Amino acid sequence: MTTIEAPRHDILDTTATGDNYLTHSRGFLSWALTLDHKRIGVMYLVAVLGSFLLGGVFALLLRTELLTPGRTFVDADTYNQFFTLHGAIMVFLVIIPSIPAALGNFVLPIMLGAKDVAFPRLNLASFYLWIGGALFTLYSLAVGGFDTGWTFYTPYSTTTTTGGVIPVLMGVFILGFSSIFTGLNFIVTIHKLRPPGMTWFRMPLFLWALYSTALIQVLATPVLAITLCLLIVERTLNIGIFNPTMGGDPVLYQHFFWFYSHPAVYIMIVPGMGIISEIIAVHAHRHIFGYRFIAYSSVAIAMFSFIVWGHHMFTSGQSGLMNTIFSLISFSVAIPSAVKTFNWVVTLYKGTISLTAPMMYGLAFLFLFTIGGLTGLHCATLATDVHLHDTYFVVAHFHYVMMGSALIAMIGGLHHWWPKMTGRMYHEGTAIAACVLVFIGFNLTFFTQFMLGSQGMPRRYYDYQPEFQTYHVISTIGAYVMAVGFVTTAVCLIQSLISGKRAPANPWGGASLEWQCASPPRHDNFEHQPTVGDCYNFAPVVWDEKLQGYVVDRALDTDMPHASHGSHSHGGGHS
Amino acid sequence: MSHASSAVEGQRPGHGDAHGHAHSAEHAKYSFLAHHFETPAQQFDSAKLGMWLFLATEVLFFGALFVGYAVLRSRFPEVFSYASHYLDTVMGGINTGVLILSSLTMALGVYFAQRGKKLALIICLWLTMAGAAGFLVIKYFEYSHKIHAHLVWGPTFYIPPHDEANAAANLGQAPVAPTTAAAAVAVVPIAGTPAVDASVIRPANAGPAGISPSAADHSLAATGDIIPHEMPEAHLADPAMPPNTHLFFAIYYAMTGLHGIHVVIGMVVIGMLIYRATRGDFGPNYYTPVDLVGLYWHIVDLVWIFLFPLFYLIH
Amino acid sequence: MSHTDHSTHSADHGAHAASHAADHPLVGHLVPVRILVSTAMALLVLTVITVAVRYIDIGEFNIWVAIGIAVVKAALVATFFMHLKWDRPFNVLVFVGCVLFVVLMMAFCVLDTSQYRDTQYTGNAPLAQETLDANAPGAPIAQQKTDINP
Repeated sequence: MTTIEAPRHDILDTTATGDNYLTHSRGFLSWALTLDHKRIGVMYLVAVLGSFLLGGVFALLLRTELLTPGRTFVDADTYNQFFTLHGAIMVFLVIIPSIPAALGNFVLPIMLGAKDVAFPRLNLASFYLWIGGALFTLYSLAVGGFDTGWTFYTPYSTTTTTGGVIPVLMGVFILGFSSIFTGLNFIVTIHKLRPPGMTWFRMPLFLWALYSTALIQVLATPVLAITLCLLIVERTLNIGIFNPTMGGDPVLYQHFFWFYSHPAVYIMIVPGMGIISEIIAVHAHRHIFGYRFIAYSSVAIAMFSFIVWGHHMFTSGQSGLMNTIFSLISFSVAIPSAVKTFNWVVTLYKGTISLTAPMMYGLAFLFLFTIGGLTGLHCATLATDVHLHDTYFVVAHFHYVMMGSALIAMIGGLHHWWPKMTGRMYHEGTAIAACVLVFIGFNLTFFTQFMLGSQGMPRRYYDYQPEFQTYHVISTIGAYVMAVGFVTTAVCLIQSLISGKRAPANPWGGASLEWQCASPPRHDNFEHQPTVGDCYNFAPVVWDEKLQGYVVDRALDTDMPHASHGSHSHGGGHS
Repeated sequence: MSHASSAVEGQRPGHGDAHGHAHSAEHAKYSFLAHHFETPAQQFDSAKLGMWLFLATEVLFFGALFVGYAVLRSRFPEVFSYASHYLDTVMGGINTGVLILSSLTMALGVYFAQRGKKLALIICLWLTMAGAAGFLVIKYFEYSHKIHAHLVWGPTFYIPPHDEANAAANLGQAPVAPTTAAAAVAVVPIAGTPAVDASVIRPANAGPAGISPSAADHSLAATGDIIPHEMPEAHLADPAMPPNTHLFFAIYYAMTGLHGIHVVIGMVVIGMLIYRATRGDFGPNYYTPVDLVGLYWHIVDLVWIFLFPLFYLIH
Repeated sequence: MSHTDHSTHSADHGAHAASHAADHPLVGHLVPVRILVSTAMALLVLTVITVAVRYIDIGEFNIWVAIGIAVVKAALVATFFMHLKWDRPFNVLVFVGCVLFVVLMMAFCVLDTSQYRDTQYTGNAPLAQETLDANAPGAPIAQQKTDINP
């Protein structure tokens, strides 16, 4: 008797009857008041991608303005608004929530083997808080926008007369709570809702990444909240704590701001790293190398991220002592990231690499994250940072890590779990072509900016010396190539919803739990409690011709004891 | 139901249909048990952990303001020593005692909920609420006195309260029409600083440090710890007043104000508990909301335990 | 917990709960009233001590004594009122951890500002001085310069 654990009728049943989380109930309210983590994840996904479009439009506008020195088609104040809005929307509405809230909400409980997150109503509240924050941000656009840069540095942010500053500060405040509650939910879910057999070190690395991210979200975001409150109070009541003429200290604002915002950038990248661990292992059909190292390094990055914030402030007036301390610690924070990168590369070695779209995004990530991470060291070095601070070098560095790594990982994850979420396969060729376009466009846009920055072009500048124009033109062309790439991705994915092939439960051959439920999953995730094994052991994962997908055959499971005992009956064995 | 084979999956046996059966049995017995939890203990533990994580965010929220306090006090220790005299230690001490006792009644409320003593629980909740209200009443008196004495944040701190025209103008209302043509001072507009026409302002006083000699008679230096009920302008009259004293009041109102807001929120939540307790929702099987609100209330108390010495008891 | 039949276990548990339903919580720990009351008494006593210490001059240690007493009071509240003594260690870690993060932020920020304190005027900057001259005649405008070149 075979010991295939995930019974085939589980997969066939659901697609046969068509009852999955998408069709389980109908109507606007069934989505608006849903407590299903999968539906909440989908709603977040739509919202986040919509915000990405808006933020991207601002990016194209500002890059278009930079085609020529001086005025191209808008004035300087408008240009300031463009880059501020691009930054604020991308940071607070897109990248911070994207992987945890959109993909994490969907995947985490299923990957864990749980029925839902620990607090489903809080989850829905998080989503509505995001909506609230987004509405405040849109409102701020309507009342005059803001041109302070997404960092809201004083004294400009307390004195600028653009009308949208306080609304956007309130919007970001609300978004902060959305982030906090999501993180809180994930921590409790991972601690308390692990089913029997799912020990900490059996969890897929994406869950370790989400857990580490959640720790940062819970600890760092309240400081942002109070910083924004203080900014609002400073603006309205003029209390003077950031105003040097009144005895205050503008550098104090920067300390407050970056105490959150540096850990925030790790909120952006750590989940992306988790996705890459999944993608590389699954699409190379190879056990992840150094599982524990990667798991520990995720938590280490989360903890280290809190002690390096001053590296954003090297030229701000921060004392020499703190400059030195922060520079030193910033070097060490690169170590866990490097550990992961080595482990991913070694995982690829001698793997059976399938060049699927997720794998392409994974490979792109490896290349771009290496560049982004290494240039971070340029910025962390005190002496070079004096030259590079507030130049395009920094802009290029953080785009390589935030966009070239975190966003690429997010889109790679989207492609990886798309069949699971939607039950459809997208057209692989189109998706890969789009990935290549994005990769080429990205490098055109941002590699040139390293050159721009090291040759002295300051960031956030409307006008520039004519000698920089060639680089700017190349960079803008790259931006448009990227835009074409992203539009192609969107078209590819949307088309899959209309006419894509139906997806099997396990199209890629993954061994973690989400591949043992139907695509799309049932309303309650699993019909039978799934088997917990080593989620990176692909030996028992075999292709099933009839299903046109993979199945997990426990008889081939090399690291399960008594694997060949087939004497138990179906009813009592699994789950 | 056979269990032996389940060992191969590395899980506890007894799951599968038996598990499903036990699962629904638990849910049938405990109506409060949510569908995604297996046992009440798991649900309770999760709720507790969730609450502690939320309290961690509250600690970080207030903590950042404590950092601001620390930075300001390390830069201006003389400001803090001086301005602390304007805070009434007695009122602050009473408030501390009130919060401690309300914490006690809250903890007792949890105890009685755990033992299923509904009436005692409701009484304790009402007592806690009363303590919170008492705290706010005392706070109201403290604040109103200070605001009347113009012991407030920002540049308005330096406007004598009797100077109506100035005070009104500085509170953002329309400046009084100029009566004399006076040299306008070049004022760089800072957001929030209302534009004031120089002509409506009294000329600067003469004397050392710009303080009029007659005002120096009301020096506070000799009186030490007295609340200047009788001398609302005393702080401006005191030549010992250090510059940037307004910063003390800025951080004082920010921290105690935020704390007060949390007390109000606590009252609202305790009110909801009273409603549910009256309805009979709580007992030894299920008292989680009481426990969680108790945790929140203790954090509110905790924050005050630090605020009290840091503001009221500066030597 | 034995691995025997879940249904009998649940029945046992139910019976257990039923017999203690009147006075024993199903989950969590019941803290005796005397512990709660004595904690409150200790807190009140410590409050009195804190106020009393304020009148004793021990120089710059005053603030550390005050904070030290506050920490003891906080520990009492957390351990007994908030039941941490009988709670899961991870909850204790969460609480202690977040306090440590506040201390971390405080240490770095105070260290930083203390480094450049000597270069700052303790009075008001000249522009503020002008402004306050006109708008706020009572404001202290004495400027104490340090020896460092302005």
